[in-house]
Amino acid sequence: MGDDKKVDVAAHAAAFLAQDDVHEPMHDKNLWAARMKRDAAAREVPEWETLRELASQIKEHTLTHLYDYLLEFESNAIKRGAKVYWARDAAEHNQHVWNILQEKNISAVIKSKSMLQEECGMTAFLENRGITVTESDLGERIQQLDDQPPSHIVMPAIHKTAEDVAQLFARTIGTDPRNTDPHYLTEAMRDNARRRFLEAGAGMTGANFAIAETGSFVVCTNEGNADIGAAVPPVHIASIGIEKLLPKVKDLGIFIRLLSRSALGTLATQYTSHFSGPRKGGELHIILTDNGRSKRLGMPDFWTSLKCIRCGACMNTCPVYRRSGGLAYGATYSGPIGIILDPTFDESRYSELPYHSSLCGSCTAVCPVKINISDQILQWRKVMAAKKYLPVSRRLAFGAAGKIFEHPQLFRSAETMASGAIRFTPDFLLYNRVLNPWGRHRELPHFAGQTFREWYLQYRAKNNEHGEQRP
Amino acid sequence: MRVGLFIPCYIDAIYPEAGIATLELLERFGLEVVYPLNQTCCGQPMANEGDQQHSAAAEQLFVDNFREFDYIVGPAGSCVKHVKLHLDAIPQSPEVLHVRERTYELVEFLHDIVKAAAFPWAYFRYKVGLHNSCSSIRGLGIALPSETMGTPFNKTARLLQMVEGLELVPMDRPDECCGFGGTFCVTDEAVSASMGIDKVHDYMRHDAEFVVSPDMSCLMHQQGIARKAGIHLKFLHVAQVLNGGPF
Repeated sequence: MGDDKKVDVAAHAAAFLAQDDVHEPMHDKNLWAARMKRDAAAREVPEWETLRELASQIKEHTLTHLYDYLLEFESNAIKRGAKVYWARDAAEHNQHVWNILQEKNISAVIKSKSMLQEECGMTAFLENRGITVTESDLGERIQQLDDQPPSHIVMPAIHKTAEDVAQLFARTIGTDPRNTDPHYLTEAMRDNARRRFLEAGAGMTGANFAIAETGSFVVCTNEGNADIGAAVPPVHIASIGIEKLLPKVKDLGIFIRLLSRSALGTLATQYTSHFSGPRKGGELHIILTDNGRSKRLGMPDFWTSLKCIRCGACMNTCPVYRRSGGLAYGATYSGPIGIILDPTFDESRYSELPYHSSLCGSCTAVCPVKINISDQILQWRKVMAAKKYLPVSRRLAFGAAGKIFEHPQLFRSAETMASGAIRFTPDFLLYNRVLNPWGRHRELPHFAGQTFREWYLQYRAKNNEHGEQRP
Repeated sequence: MRVGLFIPCYIDAIYPEAGIATLELLERFGLEVVYPLNQTCCGQPMANEGDQQHSAAAEQLFVDNFREFDYIVGPAGSCVKHVKLHLDAIPQSPEVLHVRERTYELVEFLHDIVKAAAFPWAYFRYKVGLHNSCSSIRGLGIALPSETMGTPFNKTARLLQMVEGLELVPMDRPDECCGFGGTFCVTDEAVSASMGIDKVHDYMRHDAEFVVSPDMSCLMHQQGIARKAGIHLKFLHVAQVLNGGPF
């Protein structure tokens, strides 16, 4: 953040598409496969739609009673021996982490994937202060070594091929650049990471769910990296967004059933780990972080985006995301959910994001907690248009169109002019990439010799008492 | 029952035969169909951009043209979706609400209101790839979206299957968006075109000869892509097939 420059997501997406014939088709294919696995897994649960509805209601209830549940969580977590901190924003969050590390004289941490820590820019913050930060999730570690943010919530390096990873590892951890075998590469990273687990003074995690009733929290991973990170170093620091709360343990079953099925089409994550207080001889620090969430909670059109459980299903199903790659969004969160979250952090910087959607609505239909993502995307466009974030050329074009559609006679003459113009304009103008983006990949439609209205006037209007035109 | 015929602007100018087929088809069921001559556009292009200010006048004109009808029927899922779900740039007076509630996409009107049981005048001996638009599926509920669990239904397919000789081919991604998306196809041209070419390849993999849709706007985009790529696929509005022409 901090950079005020607008993200030109369409240009980034075009670059991802244009780089070669390998990356985009692979990205699309792999994520569509995840969507298909999700469908199969959901089909096995007869009460699937009921689960979605229940999950949505529990989240809405929790969010509308958040103050009480947060205090309940805090007091129960403290009773279990955790230290609880509150952070209003990214800076406060990072400061808490830094204070804890300084106090314990810790210079190396191992962390498992946390979108909140990503949001806070925590790694750069700590590295600037001399702390070694190592991602323990394989995909996240790949991104870290390549100096890139995650491109997907659940599969951070899904935009990379095995060849990309082989080249990257050869450059950074000394593997054989020609060996693209995933097992070989994974094993190499395991050897590399294990040392870091042993050396780390603190293990950092996020949380998928935090339970008010018990003051405990749950971390879901497929690699077990959060567990080893929390179990080996003496200090465990957990960053928890305040929207992660659930009232009771019994609510958890609904979300665990939905989360992994929606994400990857598996029945559950390989590891669903419950952390209730510090382990014997260890310390547990919990940082409850707002970072814009309470502001979002106060936005009538957008507050339900806080229901998100970060499964990534909307990304996998989104035909635009699948072809753009997640990095094109230039933000912590990509895909449809990113489009409705990112502008809450910075409206101007992310003003183009709501237009990076065909509004097909698949995200809304797939969302396990029933966030009306597609409607919120359209709602964000209204915000962007009303606040004049749209490029001037686009505002003028739609202003002119609005005028034409307002007046039937203007519309008729515009139709005639357009059809004439297209008939007599040479191809080099019609297919010019600057003047007419439609024509680069598509032939222009042919205007008909006679409009429907002209046909109707000629053959039918004599019987139509509503045929008079306005003066 | 008096039906107001809503012919979207792009159908008026580019695909008049889809409008003619819609009118003739409705008349075959004995309906009194009137085409208000002062109609232009429902306001969707501006509203899609989030531009409430400029869509308001078009929306008001739409309501003025259609307020007196029992039903308003249009051969275009996305335009009808705009009217039903998003025509909110003007105050929601009782007559605005009447128009919004009574506006139907052609397939849902034939299926739900007319309850059409046969199309004896139509035959079509071709393999057809069906493109139910996103607006029709997820906006209007013309078919069960593939993301939603439950008993599948598909109103367009049900109607088309009554046409003698017509064979619907399966598709790998039956309700994947084709990338038209209104203004999206211009503002996000690279992604839009990529989605479109993938869609066209899906038809080709399954040997479709024709692509049929209740949404001509998606077909305008897909047809442009196929032509540019030199692919010989033919595109028709569902009204043309159900009416037996004009082609």
